[in-house]
Amino acid sequence: MRKLINVTINGVEYELGVKPNLTLLDLLRYEVGLTGTKKGCETGECGACTVILDGKPVTSCLVLAVQANGKKILTIEGLEKDGNLHPIQQAFVDKGAIQCGFCTSGMILSAKHLLEQNPSPSEAEIRKSISGNLCRCTGYQKIVQAIISVPGRTEK
Amino acid sequence: MAKYAIINQRVPKLDAPVKATGRAKFADDLVLPGMLHGAILQSPVAHAKILNIDTGKAKRLPGVKAVVTWQDAGLVKYGVSPARYDETLFCHEKVRYVGDEIAAVAAVDLETAIEALSLIEVDYEELPAVFTIEDAMAEGAPQLHAEFPGNICAEVHQEFGDVEAAFKECDIVRTGKFVSKRQDAAFLEPHCSVANYDFSGHLTLYSSTQVPHYVMRTVAMVLGLPVGKVRVIKPFVGGGFGPKCEATPTDLCASLLSMKTGKPVKVSYTREQVFLHCRARHHYVHELTTGVKKDGTLLALHNKAYLDGGAYTSFGIATVYYAGSLLGGPYRLPNMKYDGYRVYTNKPACGSQRGHGGVIARAAFEQQLDAIAAELGINPVEIRLKNAMQRGDTSCNELFVSSLGLKECIQAVRERSGWDKKKGSLPSGKGIGMACGFFVSGAGYPIYRSETFHSVVVIKVADDGGTVTLQTGSAEIGQGSDTTMAMIAAETLGIKLSDIQVESGDTDLAIDLGAYSSRQTLMTGHATKEAAESVKKQILEVLSDELKIPAREMDIRNGLIVFKTEGVDFREIRTRYMKEHRGWTDHPAESSLTFKEAARLAYLRKGPIIGIGKYKPPKLGGSYKGAAVGTSPAYSASAHVVEVSVDMETGRVSVEKATAAHDCGFAINVTSVEGQMEGSLSMGLGEALFEEVKFDGKGRILNPNFGEYKIPTALDMPPVESIIVESNEPNGPFGAKEVGEGAILATIPAILNAVYDATGILIRELPLTPEKVYWALKGKKPPIR
Repeated sequence: MRKLINVTINGVEYELGVKPNLTLLDLLRYEVGLTGTKKGCETGECGACTVILDGKPVTSCLVLAVQANGKKILTIEGLEKDGNLHPIQQAFVDKGAIQCGFCTSGMILSAKHLLEQNPSPSEAEIRKSISGNLCRCTGYQKIVQAIISVPGRTEK
Repeated sequence: MAKYAIINQRVPKLDAPVKATGRAKFADDLVLPGMLHGAILQSPVAHAKILNIDTGKAKRLPGVKAVVTWQDAGLVKYGVSPARYDETLFCHEKVRYVGDEIAAVAAVDLETAIEALSLIEVDYEELPAVFTIEDAMAEGAPQLHAEFPGNICAEVHQEFGDVEAAFKECDIVRTGKFVSKRQDAAFLEPHCSVANYDFSGHLTLYSSTQVPHYVMRTVAMVLGLPVGKVRVIKPFVGGGFGPKCEATPTDLCASLLSMKTGKPVKVSYTREQVFLHCRARHHYVHELTTGVKKDGTLLALHNKAYLDGGAYTSFGIATVYYAGSLLGGPYRLPNMKYDGYRVYTNKPACGSQRGHGGVIARAAFEQQLDAIAAELGINPVEIRLKNAMQRGDTSCNELFVSSLGLKECIQAVRERSGWDKKKGSLPSGKGIGMACGFFVSGAGYPIYRSETFHSVVVIKVADDGGTVTLQTGSAEIGQGSDTTMAMIAAETLGIKLSDIQVESGDTDLAIDLGAYSSRQTLMTGHATKEAAESVKKQILEVLSDELKIPAREMDIRNGLIVFKTEGVDFREIRTRYMKEHRGWTDHPAESSLTFKEAARLAYLRKGPIIGIGKYKPPKLGGSYKGAAVGTSPAYSASAHVVEVSVDMETGRVSVEKATAAHDCGFAINVTSVEGQMEGSLSMGLGEALFEEVKFDGKGRILNPNFGEYKIPTALDMPPVESIIVESNEPNGPFGAKEVGEGAILATIPAILNAVYDATGILIRELPLTPEKVYWALKGKKPPIR
């Protein structure tokens, strides 16, 4: 039995019939075709599937699609404006914070949430805020430097 | 003015914007029309005879399109090295580990495929199993492979010089046993393969691989397809670190299922299956006996190694050779003996992982070197400087070092870390440690015996003249190789980076042995440079003929033709170009002749301008058995200093600062070199402090997930200072050699030595969990539970 849900993804409204056991991650990737959200573990441990659900970062593999009914979802595909990269995306590109890129979507969304809550985070606060997003390539150094370099961040 | 226009600078990776926006397509992001979903049935028991496989119920499940077992796949044996082909796609008479493949299903969706797996009935007769090196080597132990008695997968015995005689000349000779645990590469993207067999006999396979070429060969061989009819394409890959070097069951199952159904088929691993497939770092036991003179001069080493290989060989033959050969450097060591054994056990197979074979040997040796230095009252820095190899040296096992910035690395970390002030004066619980590394810059020989080129690069100039396409079979897996090749090509050709597009990771483009043994910058880089030089020569020759000026009196820089003499009249070429492009808005307005115009002219005169570059290392190394493993056209060196804090109550170790120096010969992309150094340090830190794949008594993995197999988070990583040392390697393009793997070698021993400095205790077993350190501090062995 499919359930009908209404969700707003990156500002676009969708009415979708979904199986009750479908995860939000699989909905985004396989039903809506937004494959920028990555599947790394399916147990909420790697953070690659992080999206913003009603303003809060969640691991979308642990959220059922039906739980997202009536909610707003922001994925990595929703960050560009008028063909320009979001400043955090630009910082990741410029600072060499991206290697394989598999953690990047979740990492950028975690960083975005942090900077919205706290426009002037310390390095320790940055590290804490991305500690749920695993990266095996970079050692995190250039990711932290990228977040520090985002314009508008004020020094503490 | 900088010597170079493009290279030796910081350049954002070409693929960074598509990755930052979620546009980059990885294998699991691909959807082909009519695509089916596959799943693999794996053994739940570690060692058993297969009495019967009944697929009847699974085949009858609605939505199931194919169920395949060994009867469909055949029994062609494969592996990595032809010297040990010991796997078949599906098990035939018996299973050898929990996870061994038995059957595969293709269905309309993944749910149906998984349900079908549960309907396959397999009757097992369980056999006694072996899970440890000791049990596997014991008299009368259960045998995994009849062809390899005693469960010995591979055995190596080498001696260079005379170790016994040298020990007699030593002032002190010390023996120590060092143990590491099985580790996982823990790349974030699980393996995924999408195969499309088109029924005209062509198979296209999209695979999350590091080496499309090896996958192509294995798939063709196992499934009986002509090699020219298999095309392997690597989409974006979410990290590899070694285990993605070989063809996987996802590749083979997807291909076979596509051939059976005539439809595209996707097969992915779950995270648990990634752990079950493994092919990552072995569990090692090293017993090292090292002899030195009173003044610290190294005279001899006897290295005994036992590797727990798991049920199949994978890269293991190379691994067991590397575990000996890589201790030939970076110190002058005139006598070395190696006895290595790789042993079969009923566990997932281990293979290659970053720093292949050398990482644990290096950790054991560098720790022992510190202990010996302490005993002799020599500073750890001094004992390393004293024995350091230099450019022009040849090791006792015949590895020729054409460049080696080891001393420069040691001096750099000594200075930048404040070593001289800190060593010996830190309070209890705080420690500082250093260690060095040494690694190949590309394997000297391919894994299969062949005189093949290791890399071929094709550079095509667009007939319209404006842009250049670089085609290579090399694999961009996040390390930045596409950008590196584009930079080398742009520099050589004298054009802008933005005028180059890279097509890579496709076996139809050109041969390349791919992203393993830290080889692409040197080898693919050479081929790239040669191809770009050819293009440049062809264009300038035409221009020379047209303008009646010798080619040596002109050059290409920043996309413009530069003449040594002034007042060259190129108006006719420009007029012709303008006439060909009436209505276009990007006419050349420069006061110099542009590359675009010159390239167009060359096309009009000669037809398509294509440059081909190829690379094959010269004959390298000695003539003894196994001499090929460890050979390389160049070797990197590194040195790390790490500062730790050890909680003397709980045994918890925190790494507070790391200073790393790496001799990469010459940095093509400075940002990427640092990225490899920082990433290596992070992987080494995880392996040193907490990474261990654990098994229960029946050979089942206890922690096949990131909740319980811990890799470093941002909170575990200290600030890292990366120092690039450039020794200008004569065999490398522009002097460049490797960084991707060699950078990990010094990390683990530097941490071990810092913990030794902090506590005065040598802990000879990885990982340094709080429990292990706690019991070591108590001077006791942990209680057996």
